[in-house]
Amino acid sequence: MRIRSLRPLAAALWLAAASAPVLAQDARALNQRALAATCANCHGAGGRAVDGATVPGLAGMPAGYIVEQMKAFKAGTRPATVMHQLAKGFSDAQIESVAAYFAAQRK
Amino acid sequence: MKTTMQRREWLLGTGALGLWGLGGCASTAGGMVPARTRVLVVGGGYGGATAAKYVRLFSDQKIEVVLVEPNEAFVSCPISNLVIGGHKTITDVTTRYDSLANNHGVRIVKDMVASIDVAKKVAVLASGPTIAYDKLILSPGIDLMFDGVQGLRAAQAEGRILQAWKAGAETVALRRQLEAMPDGGTYAITIPEAPYRCPPGPYERACQVASYFKVAKPRGKVLILDANPDVTSKGPLFKKVWAEQYAGMVEYRGQHKAVAVDARTNSVKFEVQDDVKADVLNVLPPMRAGAIAVQTGLANANARWCNVNYLNFESTAAKDIHVLGDSIQIAPGMPKSGHMANSHAKVAAAAIVAELAGWEINAAPMLTNTCYSFVDGKNVIHVASVHEYVAAEKTFKTVAGSGGVSAAPTELEGNYAWNWARTIWADALA
Repeated sequence: MRIRSLRPLAAALWLAAASAPVLAQDARALNQRALAATCANCHGAGGRAVDGATVPGLAGMPAGYIVEQMKAFKAGTRPATVMHQLAKGFSDAQIESVAAYFAAQRK
Repeated sequence: MKTTMQRREWLLGTGALGLWGLGGCASTAGGMVPARTRVLVVGGGYGGATAAKYVRLFSDQKIEVVLVEPNEAFVSCPISNLVIGGHKTITDVTTRYDSLANNHGVRIVKDMVASIDVAKKVAVLASGPTIAYDKLILSPGIDLMFDGVQGLRAAQAEGRILQAWKAGAETVALRRQLEAMPDGGTYAITIPEAPYRCPPGPYERACQVASYFKVAKPRGKVLILDANPDVTSKGPLFKKVWAEQYAGMVEYRGQHKAVAVDARTNSVKFEVQDDVKADVLNVLPPMRAGAIAVQTGLANANARWCNVNYLNFESTAAKDIHVLGDSIQIAPGMPKSGHMANSHAKVAAAAIVAELAGWEINAAPMLTNTCYSFVDGKNVIHVASVHEYVAAEKTFKTVAGSGGVSAAPTELEGNYAWNWARTIWADALA
């Protein structure tokens, strides 16, 4: 009985010791990818716009430029139909994360 | 009687979890997932198709994904009102499923799931074979409750009184009814109490019919008979369009809850108000979660919608079944829309991949929604929102200060709306 009840805890400790740093980093990458996917509905999967798109693809766009534009949408200094309303839903940290993700994608 | 044991297993292997592949060097989610892990997706709409693709993407193609969908191709509900208005064809809103298989390795099974054994984690197909799963993503859309309006089931089966709320053959049939209607006739649409699929959809449809009448049947009338006390979405914008662009043609009546139809006289009875007769009657019955979700016992909110844990969209009634899209019990301010289903799918896909890899799931997922409505063939209005998970309340809420609607209909938004459609179809299916 005692051994059985200890087993899951021992396994959990081993797992944590063996792979915690890797997990934390990779789980973050997955979360970043999922956050960036909130842009894909309009800007294209992976930030790659469909042929003849009238909104820009984001893949390969410099991170600084994306951050700057999102801040301009948020502040209302760049006029928009929808983006100023959506930009206000994301924190500066989220915007930076999404910008870094798209900057690293091939066009 | 045929038992599950005797049924043919559709795929080789069982998809049951093998040994955890805890190689210390694994550096992606896919690398952490046990071999032969299978995610079964039921329903290839905005939620299911997106989820199928994104489980493959997020797992670096390591998780096997099987999609069960009865239709040959995806027919989009968004934009389908333009088919009714005569501005698009049904072909324009139809996308094949091939790319999900060819580009992403999703295994597509053209069938329906007849039942799900929650304890054994096995789905039984209508044609007989079984498919075992490690995780099941259920995205069955809505079930139209025809029996909620007396006489509607028979009238709909005869093709007399249509819903056209699931885009496809009925969309085209409704268009034909409008084309056959004499000038001076009346089109009436009844709207059920919220929540229902696509809150602004009925009002957009009224605009589409009016845009057609304005050109082809200028003496035609459009009657909107709404069970709700007032327009449920983009109210001031729609009312302005009806008053100005379609003056004398469109009439809106709130507090009109349809309870019965008479196909012989093409009339509709209401709970309180007087009967209405129309030349073309378009009745939207009350809606609930897709039949397979109800049958599996997942519709635990008012026996109509499925409560989920919003962090991973897992049903609160069944472990390892994740429900997406229109079937779920919505969080505050969350519409039942295609865009929202696509957003659900990405949060669920990331959470499922993380869980299968043995990782913590994202504690702060985000959702977006953008919903465009065409008020004629070119001009469009939108409503947009951003939703964040609020841990203290275990629900999604709209981010304060975000979101909003258009100032007025514009052609520029019409351009963006069509771009949205093409892009989200590609996001889910290409």
